[in-house]
Amino acid sequence: MVIQRDIKKTMNKAKYDVAIIGGGHNGLTTACYLAKAGLKVVVVERHDYVGGAAVSRELHPGWTYSNCSYVCSLLRPEIFRDLELSKHGLQIIPYEGSASMLDDGRFYAHYQDHDLTYRSIAQFSKKDAEAYDRFGKDVMRQCKIIKPLLKLTPPDPTSFKPKDIMGLFEFAKYFAAKDELGGLGEKEIYDTIRFWTMSVRDYLEEYFESDIVKVHLAGSAIIGTALGPYSPGSAYVLLHHYMGEVDGTVGAWGYSRGGMGSITKAMASSFKSKNGEIKAGSPVTKILIKNNKSYGLVLENGDEIYADKIVSNLDVKRTFLKVVEEKELPSDFYRAVKNFKIRGSSGKLNIALDDLPVWKSIPIGDPAGTGDLHITQNIEEMEGAYDDWKDGKWSQFPYVDMCIPSINDPTMAPQGKHYMSVFIQYVPYNLADGGWTEEKRKEFGKHVMERIGNYSTNFKDIINHAEIRTPKELEAEVGLTEGNIFQGELTMDQLMFNRPVPGYAQYKTPIKNLYMCGSSTHPGGGVMGAPGANAAREILKDLNKKMSTHYI
Amino acid sequence: MNTTKISYKKPLLETPFHERTSEHCYSNDWYRWAGYKVAKEYSSTELEYTSMRNTAGVIDITPMHKYDIKGEDAKNFINKLITKDISNIQSNQVAYGIWCNEDGMVIDDGTIFCFNENHFRIFCAERNLNWFSDTGTGFNVTIEDISSSIAALAFQGPLSCKILNLLQVKNIENLKPFHFDSYKIEHHNVIISRTGFSGDLGYEIWCDPSQAIDVWDNLFKFNRDYKVLAAGMNALDMVRIEAGFIQPNADFMSAEQALRPNRMRNPYELGLGWLVNLDKEYFTGKQALIRHKEKGPEKKLVGLDVEGDKPAVGSVLYDNSKKNIAKEIGIVTAAMWSPVLKSNIAIGFVNKEYYKLGSNVYAEIYHPEELDYRKIWAECKVVKKQFFNNPRRNAIPAFI
Repeated sequence: MVIQRDIKKTMNKAKYDVAIIGGGHNGLTTACYLAKAGLKVVVVERHDYVGGAAVSRELHPGWTYSNCSYVCSLLRPEIFRDLELSKHGLQIIPYEGSASMLDDGRFYAHYQDHDLTYRSIAQFSKKDAEAYDRFGKDVMRQCKIIKPLLKLTPPDPTSFKPKDIMGLFEFAKYFAAKDELGGLGEKEIYDTIRFWTMSVRDYLEEYFESDIVKVHLAGSAIIGTALGPYSPGSAYVLLHHYMGEVDGTVGAWGYSRGGMGSITKAMASSFKSKNGEIKAGSPVTKILIKNNKSYGLVLENGDEIYADKIVSNLDVKRTFLKVVEEKELPSDFYRAVKNFKIRGSSGKLNIALDDLPVWKSIPIGDPAGTGDLHITQNIEEMEGAYDDWKDGKWSQFPYVDMCIPSINDPTMAPQGKHYMSVFIQYVPYNLADGGWTEEKRKEFGKHVMERIGNYSTNFKDIINHAEIRTPKELEAEVGLTEGNIFQGELTMDQLMFNRPVPGYAQYKTPIKNLYMCGSSTHPGGGVMGAPGANAAREILKDLNKKMSTHYI
Repeated sequence: MNTTKISYKKPLLETPFHERTSEHCYSNDWYRWAGYKVAKEYSSTELEYTSMRNTAGVIDITPMHKYDIKGEDAKNFINKLITKDISNIQSNQVAYGIWCNEDGMVIDDGTIFCFNENHFRIFCAERNLNWFSDTGTGFNVTIEDISSSIAALAFQGPLSCKILNLLQVKNIENLKPFHFDSYKIEHHNVIISRTGFSGDLGYEIWCDPSQAIDVWDNLFKFNRDYKVLAAGMNALDMVRIEAGFIQPNADFMSAEQALRPNRMRNPYELGLGWLVNLDKEYFTGKQALIRHKEKGPEKKLVGLDVEGDKPAVGSVLYDNSKKNIAKEIGIVTAAMWSPVLKSNIAIGFVNKEYYKLGSNVYAEIYHPEELDYRKIWAECKVVKKQFFNNPRRNAIPAFI
């Protein structure tokens, strides 16, 4: 009796319809949709600023760093449109080209112009230059299948609920249906299964003969993942990086003007315009649960916030191993969460440059130099970088994805100066020789910069400031467990109805009124917003409310 | 530029910027504008468009028609010509106006620069010398077509002021929207107005044709740091649709050119009623416009937020979500996927019952797809035509 009265008392105190833990891009996306539907929503954020891993930070006077995520393609245009992000200041700038620099002084490049790309590849192999079109077509077909799946709440194949049966039917439709209905034919299912399970090395081997072509394309398959190019399942990660778009150009990437923080800044502004409330500087220490129902949050300062529904933007491990008490959880669920693969494998350098780097191979002014740049020479070198990671060392010859946003975005650095973002694969979360120290972090940064310096005539002389980030910093600052950028590996065992854990792929959890909306849920990582939008749809469905959206 | 010598082999004239535009125009895709060659696309419409929304784009707008109106009746003449009242216009101010025929049907629109009480200059897209001369009967004014004596560039985009400032164009950041003044770019005397077709921060630069190349080169001087691009007509068309600016003979037929009377449109139908001042004593078309206003427009040009991502180019508009019982209620005049808004936008005419904001209409979109058409029945919401309106457009001082 006493307990019941207590619940009643707290319920009456409930101030919000929904409280969202974490103001990352997915938490904010969920928040916007819920506020748009008329709910009273609060976003509770640990830092003084929102953004999670989509932030712009002035860590060196005059320079703006996109110090976590750095390019944008996956953000669903429907979400952009629904949340009126342009009105709230967001602009995506397309960029042209990408290149790999070779040790022999040549470079391999992709351009916006199709014929230029053909000729660029043909320097290495005419067959590959032609095969690139075939590869492009096959990847596009797979993207066509996957695009509608992103917006789908994964149907549970073990359930006989009408929505799950319909969902599976919907899923099958994209293969079986006729062209008019968007299907690609039953045969495509063979390719899909292959694509989702193969190693990227094997996949590319079926198209290309030239080392540099293969390694250039393979980069997308290892970014952010603790898989090597020979690991089965890595081909899917490539697909995951290709399914975005910039204004209808599938697979294209762009910069968010003003850095990646402009995305979350615009979302926060859109949210506030719908009467949403953001409590920044408020770390959540506990989710309040009684009788298997969540009803509120406890903040670090002891304050409590009550809400009918709680949504966690944190990764699944952080949510259920840190802010929910173990005793509240079914043990099989708890075990599944513990076993969820979320391995740190990436590092990041953010560098303030006093001038534009001059590359030994790419001429000044060539658009190839304005996009993403790489220096890995072949797949074996890439696999070797992965081997180092397995040994608990940072890669001696790391794969780097470098770009200089300030070439295209005039707001990132002072006039004539530049900001360079260097994403590094692989960097372990734990070093085999006794863990990370301040010295080792610096040594790691120096190692990467020296390596980049080998391909430039002036790089080493123009470094003004560098922020060096290992998985440890990514975890400490952003809250991503082990610093995994996707909030969990994008492998087949952790995708679709298995993401994050089997039986809980529909944004719900074993705790009533507690939901998940982060990248740990379907369809996974990247600054996409789809998990956030899907979660919002499920929450609104539970409240018998409709979601007003271009996102169906 | 030599306008007197006619070569039948070259029906199109080259603007004073041709030496540069032809250099930049890799795609060799030219557009015919008032007898001149201007670039449709230099090398990538996408990047040219982006320059106007991200850095700055340079557009050769020399072919614009330019008319000098001089004499003691200059102001009265303008006030008779256009539908809005400019009695209070000050020197160095720019007015945007439209002019109609006696039936209150729109002939053209343009910007009107006031140098002083006795000297105005009109910039417009179509030839208007006949109409202006007719209107000028009885006024003490001279009307001169000075089109070929002025070279002109639109310099549009968020960094346009910053770059002019770097070029030591003094005090340019304090030039207010719809104002102009004399400035120096290097040692060249130019007129710069804070006007343009992009709906963003931007300027138009007017100079003597002999200085054209120098002025052009100056605008690209800081390209190592800030990527300024020459932008073509395709890109300009994109930004003007986003800004909700309409164009004669694209969104409506000029009353001087329409063969069929029912193709002519009055200002209320074009959503330009705000440019008509019926309190003004007299102007051409006033009586007809009083009637048009009373009656209310039968159809109206509106903005459309179109479902999905396939542009509704040339689509017919219908009244019902069910195709088999739908009735035609309008037509799309301009449509595009807006990169900056990530929205599928269109401008079109809809009948009376549908022009209220928030109304739903349906567009039948024929989307070309691998040698076939996908027919899409897309819901469209009637919205304001001004899709894109960035605060930096009107900020004073402008961003440097």
